[in-house]
Amino acid sequence: MHRLYAVLLTMIASVLPGLAAAQEAVGLDQKINQIFADYTGWYVSFIFAPLPGTTFSWIALWLVVGAVVFTVYFGAIQFKGFAHSIRLVKGDYSDPNDAGEVSHFQALATALSGTVGLGNIAGVAVAVSIGGPGATFWMVVAGLFGMATKFTECTLGVKYRNEYPDGSVSGGPMYYIVKGFKERGLPLGGFMAVVFSIFTILGALGGGNMFQANQAHAQIAGVFGDFPGWITGVILAGVTFAVIAGGLKSIARVTEKVVPFMGVFYVLVSILILLINFDQIGWAFGQIFMGAFTGLGVVGGFTGALIQGFRRAAFSNEAGIGSAPIAHSAVRTKEPVTEGYVALLEPFIDTVVICTMTALVIVISGVMNVDPETGLYIWNAEAGRIATEGDVSGVALTSAAYAKAFSWFPVLLMVAVVLFAFSTMISWSYYGLKAWTYLFGEGETKELIFKIIFCLFIVIGAAASLGPVIDFSDAMLFSMAIVNIIALYFLMPIVKRELNSYVARLRAGEFVKHK
Amino acid sequence: MSKTAIVVGLDGSEAGQRALAFAKSRAEMIGDCSITICYVIEWSPFSFQTPEENEQRHKRREEELKLAHERVIDPAVAQAKADGFDVTGVVKHGDAADILEDIAKSEGASQIVVGRVGARGLKERLFGGVTGRLVASASVPVTIIP
Repeated sequence: MHRLYAVLLTMIASVLPGLAAAQEAVGLDQKINQIFADYTGWYVSFIFAPLPGTTFSWIALWLVVGAVVFTVYFGAIQFKGFAHSIRLVKGDYSDPNDAGEVSHFQALATALSGTVGLGNIAGVAVAVSIGGPGATFWMVVAGLFGMATKFTECTLGVKYRNEYPDGSVSGGPMYYIVKGFKERGLPLGGFMAVVFSIFTILGALGGGNMFQANQAHAQIAGVFGDFPGWITGVILAGVTFAVIAGGLKSIARVTEKVVPFMGVFYVLVSILILLINFDQIGWAFGQIFMGAFTGLGVVGGFTGALIQGFRRAAFSNEAGIGSAPIAHSAVRTKEPVTEGYVALLEPFIDTVVICTMTALVIVISGVMNVDPETGLYIWNAEAGRIATEGDVSGVALTSAAYAKAFSWFPVLLMVAVVLFAFSTMISWSYYGLKAWTYLFGEGETKELIFKIIFCLFIVIGAAASLGPVIDFSDAMLFSMAIVNIIALYFLMPIVKRELNSYVARLRAGEFVKHK
Repeated sequence: MSKTAIVVGLDGSEAGQRALAFAKSRAEMIGDCSITICYVIEWSPFSFQTPEENEQRHKRREEELKLAHERVIDPAVAQAKADGFDVTGVVKHGDAADILEDIAKSEGASQIVVGRVGARGLKERLFGGVTGRLVASASVPVTIIP
């Protein structure tokens, strides 16, 4: 342990003078930002390239088509199996002799703490300010279809996980791609698993890290006044490093316990605001439905709303990305399908419930400027989004919207954002590490190298401005989805077989309810 | 008439030992009587854990079971056997009140004996400790040894 702290101290000691010097010279924030945009811009453009002759990016279509295919293939499992999912989470079918093992609820909660977070707060604000209220509608649609994707990937995650002699487990797309492809006699499984792992590492550094650090800093700066992002970055990186490398499990444990309450509290405050503005809920839904098909003056109109909605939904609930199977594979169950059932609740809670709350509050609050004559939103062409009060976007917009109802909310949101960001970073450091050890093998030094890289990216993320960071985050996450969804197409017959067998045995009464 | 059974909750404390001693004296009086000694590791399927904790959970569980057997249950069972009692030891994860009640039911026990655990935290003062909840929910007589 002492060696780890020594490494950390040397790291900070060597970075700090450089940071201070750079700050004096150019302003490190802009510098990092520029380098960032220069090196990642081309890849971001490729991922979000529109389909020829349209403004619809091929990657959004990729995810939605995948989700629709899985929905059809599994006979709308997310609606037919919803009640069964709830019963599984409640532990109705859990064997009492397995008490003390990871329960369905715990696997779901752990996976959720990796996804519920800034996507629901900042991501929704971005979607609504660029795509208009209509983006919410498409976000919910994408969330509902995404439930089937989650079902598919998490069933596979459990089915093909590695169980080691000491009882610990490792799972995720890299494992089901290799084993599943082998089982079906398909080529290139090993290659795809490697590609997926590389994207996962980059996704962990992007969406699972830089985006979180960036928005955490934005919110802190919004409350306390502007200050350089690298300061937040260095502090966050220090704490994260202490947790993931220094074994300060107590901090992680506290976070894991506080975050769910923060999430529940966030939803309660949202409901309260909606109740206070009861008379406007109908209007807000009207805006969302109308905006979904007309655009309400938003540039890009219908497709703009659609693209933003789909993008943010995917970023928020991560269906098809391949991160959730890593978290869900730790569950104790003899039937992989049961975890699929449980996992399909994730996009529902994350996107259909929490994201919709945020979107409704933003729309009702009136922080987005409307032209009083036409009733359309005023477009800020320079920023590429709807003009907002205080000219803000991301988490600052959500904060402004909630502050209209409760002036103390920004402070609470700051705490929530930092905690959400932190718990998401912890989750993603784990996902990234799993991909890293898949590629390079397990070992203390190898794992430490990844953890140091991970923490350095926190500093970069906090220092860079929103644009390049959010684009890079998205690009990396969606790259994971390219590989993962291809694999899911090839492996879905296996899931179907599991599902049919499970449902038949369930109907035959093979699984007794223990409660 | 089938054999009488007594369930004893052990938590490694002095009071637990006194509970066991009391159960033994009852068993002697009854004559044809078995004793089930239980150790419950507090655990809830609805707690929140980090991904690492989940990954390591199975291993930890095995370790917890092993420790509970080694430190508390096995010595107690060995001692009771040496004293000539018909005794079995059980270690389970869960809520102590629920588990003791479940075991009493499955063993067809006629009573449960536990040591008193003082209400320590605010939560226990408000909602009652393990013994309080056990008394409130048990289907057989419960004896609490101070």
